Amino acid sequence: MPDTPSITREDVAHLARLARIDLPPESLDHYAEQLGVILGSVAQVAEVAAEDVPATSHPMPLVNVFREDVVRPCLTNEEALSGAPSVESERFRVPRILDEE
Amino acid sequence: MSTDTTEKVLPYDDVVASFDPVLGLEVHVELGTATKMFCGCPTTFGAAPNTQVCPTCLGLPGSLPVVNKVGVESAIRIGLALNCSIAEWCRFARKNYFYPDMPKNFQTSQYDEPIAYDGYLDVDVETDEGVKTFRIGIERAHMEEDTGKTTHQGGATGRIHGADYSLVDYNRAGIPLIEIVTKPIEGTGKYAPEVARAYVTALRELLRGLGVSDVKMEQGSLRCDANVSLRRTPSDTFGTRTETKNVNSLRSIERAVRYEMTRQAAVLEDGGSITQETRHWHEDTGITTSGRSKEEAEDYRYFPEPDLVPIAPSREWVEELRTSLPENPAVRRARLQQVWGISDLDMQTVLNAGALDVVEDTVAAGADQAAARKWWLGELARVANERGVELADLPITPAQVAGVEALVSEGTLNDKLARQVIEGVLAGEGEPDAVVASRGLAVVSDDGPLLAAIDEALAAQPDVADKIRGGKVQAAGAIVGAVMKATRGQADAGRVRALLLERLGVSE
Repeated sequence: MPDTPSITREDVAHLARLARIDLPPESLDHYAEQLGVILGSVAQVAEVAAEDVPATSHPMPLVNVFREDVVRPCLTNEEALSGAPSVESERFRVPRILDEE
Repeated sequence: MSTDTTEKVLPYDDVVASFDPVLGLEVHVELGTATKMFCGCPTTFGAAPNTQVCPTCLGLPGSLPVVNKVGVESAIRIGLALNCSIAEWCRFARKNYFYPDMPKNFQTSQYDEPIAYDGYLDVDVETDEGVKTFRIGIERAHMEEDTGKTTHQGGATGRIHGADYSLVDYNRAGIPLIEIVTKPIEGTGKYAPEVARAYVTALRELLRGLGVSDVKMEQGSLRCDANVSLRRTPSDTFGTRTETKNVNSLRSIERAVRYEMTRQAAVLEDGGSITQETRHWHEDTGITTSGRSKEEAEDYRYFPEPDLVPIAPSREWVEELRTSLPENPAVRRARLQQVWGISDLDMQTVLNAGALDVVEDTVAAGADQAAARKWWLGELARVANERGVELADLPITPAQVAGVEALVSEGTLNDKLARQVIEGVLAGEGEPDAVVASRGLAVVSDDGPLLAAIDEALAAQPDVADKIRGGKVQAAGAIVGAVMKATRGQADAGRVRALLLERLGVSE
């Protein structure tokens, strides 16, 4: 299958970092192989879809679905925070945010 | 890690002698819609935390966004006002990143299909050779949503570094934003900082005229990021740029661009190279400091938003919106300058002070243009500056200023009293008439009390009275002064003098 896109260990490490998933180095080859199979399958679909089939991002052939600019009821503060693991001063409390480094 | 140590800078004259600056400005404007971009939550500024939220803007499972029609209309109108082409078909995209200011782990934005693209805005800048027009190319204007507000807790500085945890309020998350991006701005030379400021000033004026936003920089409804790079000569390729964030006043834009130019020039003159990075502007110290390094290109993994259908504005709709556009600001400026009959310089002063709207409205309310300019550029500009607010945000309306001026021209108030009335209106004491009444400020125009005060002053200073009778008219000043003091400044000094001389049978 000469057209099958390949994915490298480095690609997997990069994606893992973007997705904030801590992958042990020894698993990188394993996932590279699995992701390669998935991309290969997608490539087969791409072969079937000729140039006269445009790429789509939505299954329905609709455009311009709009809402009028009219206020609707919100959640209360209590409702909004009810599922939060941690709350302080009416706000969502989240762990320390590290700068990208 | 960021460092707050002061970096070396090159004197500005040396910078522009050796380098050619290239700018890129990104402006985010919060639309003034009643509801958010993708849900019906209100957008009121300053509401209690997390009270203007719903399952959609909190990113809860099962919720679906629906586009705010007014948001799209506003985006198209902004695009048209900036002389852009309007896309026939475009989509939203997900910008994926991990930061808790968006509960969805992505921001709904537009990527390679902006709703408006390829326009321009002309801005006027005062140069050594007079007022010059710079045409700023507009790359694109696209729709997106604002993020929530994070507050960093613990640590010493309230900043991210050293913080123990953060608190998030999602009231702002989902408020419609339009991001307006310029093409590279070249050919400004030493005027780069002034051009940057003039661009944002003109853009703000245009947006205010469209009525799409309240464009309050101090409340964050208009925000600017400034990209700056330097190269040796205009024929060189662009130098490495930095992007300075958090530049939230017109004056800061000018200062931040100037500072970045002097800092980059010092690095380059020392044989160093510029790091492509985000920098933070510090209003208090007037410098930028290093933020996130962009050595590794940001990878937001954009993809078309599957929960929203494409937007395909019909040409009829676009043309209908085009006809709803207000007068082009440049045309309006030229028209008002002609009607008022004032010089380029006087007009520039009005524009620089952001006083065009208020002066126009004051004239419309019946005041003379010169008087309207005098109040807004003088007394009121001073107060606005003291309070750190825009003229339009002072608690006095153009109609009230015109009212005060009417009292001056009918002789009820002199300038000094008029200033006190303005002060009273600003202090919330009511309409000008009410302030005049409650403070008892009207000019004493009835001759009776004036003559009584004159007689009193003459009796108190008989020697001066004799001098004047003897022909020393210049001595009259002492009596006039005493009368003015007795009437607490509410008399017309000229009238007092005339009455006094008449009383003593002396002529000038």
